Amino acid sequence: MESFYKKDDKQLIFKMDEEIDECTAQKIRRKLDNEIERYMPKEIIFDFNNVSFMDSAGIGLIIGRYKLANMLGGKVQVANMTTPVRKIFEMSGIQRIIPERKDCPKIREKKDRPQIIKEVQYE
Amino acid sequence: MNNTYDNEMKIEFLSKSNNEAFARIAVAAFVAQLDPTLEEIADIKTAVSEAVTNSIIHGYEERQGIVKLICKIREKEVFIEISDSGKGIENVEMAKQPLYTTKANLERSGMGFTIMESFMDDVEVESVLGLGTKVTMRRKIKSNSQKEEFAVATIRGEE
Repeated sequence: MESFYKKDDKQLIFKMDEEIDECTAQKIRRKLDNEIERYMPKEIIFDFNNVSFMDSAGIGLIIGRYKLANMLGGKVQVANMTTPVRKIFEMSGIQRIIPERKDCPKIREKKDRPQIIKEVQYE
Repeated sequence: MNNTYDNEMKIEFLSKSNNEAFARIAVAAFVAQLDPTLEEIADIKTAVSEAVTNSIIHGYEERQGIVKLICKIREKEVFIEISDSGKGIENVEMAKQPLYTTKANLERSGMGFTIMESFMDDVEVESVLGLGTKVTMRRKIKSNSQKEEFAVATIRGEE
């Protein structure tokens, strides 16, 4: 998982890795929350372009971030949903609360890559 | 009813979260001999992932135990059995309800059984408190001629 922050638009973008299940969700949950709390973004965008597998753990992961964003006054959106992701999404009904973007905001590799302030050890 | 299968495999693994990927990939590789579509493979992988995750997270609650996975093939049909010797489910009907979860603190969405039921043709759950849970699922893979008919119908539908 890679994260990018577009300062001008206050957009935090998570480029998700290939497989999202309970195992991978556990690993990135803290990291996502840390980034959200660090930037307090207006928009949080999950980019699913690279995701070839997702089960219900992915739904739990997104709903969890949605709750946190709600508390902090931000919005969660999804972009580039692949066929397997879309299928789970539609089945769960969360597209009612989490809108889909037409595309993911363009990332300027140098400018938007978050600077590491200090090394944080994630599980 | 004829009880013989064309092919069969069985694996047992520790209830570790990183075995979820192993289990669904093993089943996908085994089922590949039926020449399924990408979508059929994705559906089966997701259902396996849900059942195995349930055994690990709910059955064993992060304790160590053994998850058993049996996969059988008869003609164009896949039979999958996933079982654990964990704590069991108190009320299976309730557990099957969409959005019902006993582990909201772990951000479980409560969609596991719903996904299994909609991705497979049939799902059966047997559970005994304190002894464990067994999930049996069945899914028919479309034959090549059925796929062709479907493709033709799709093309016609678009015209």
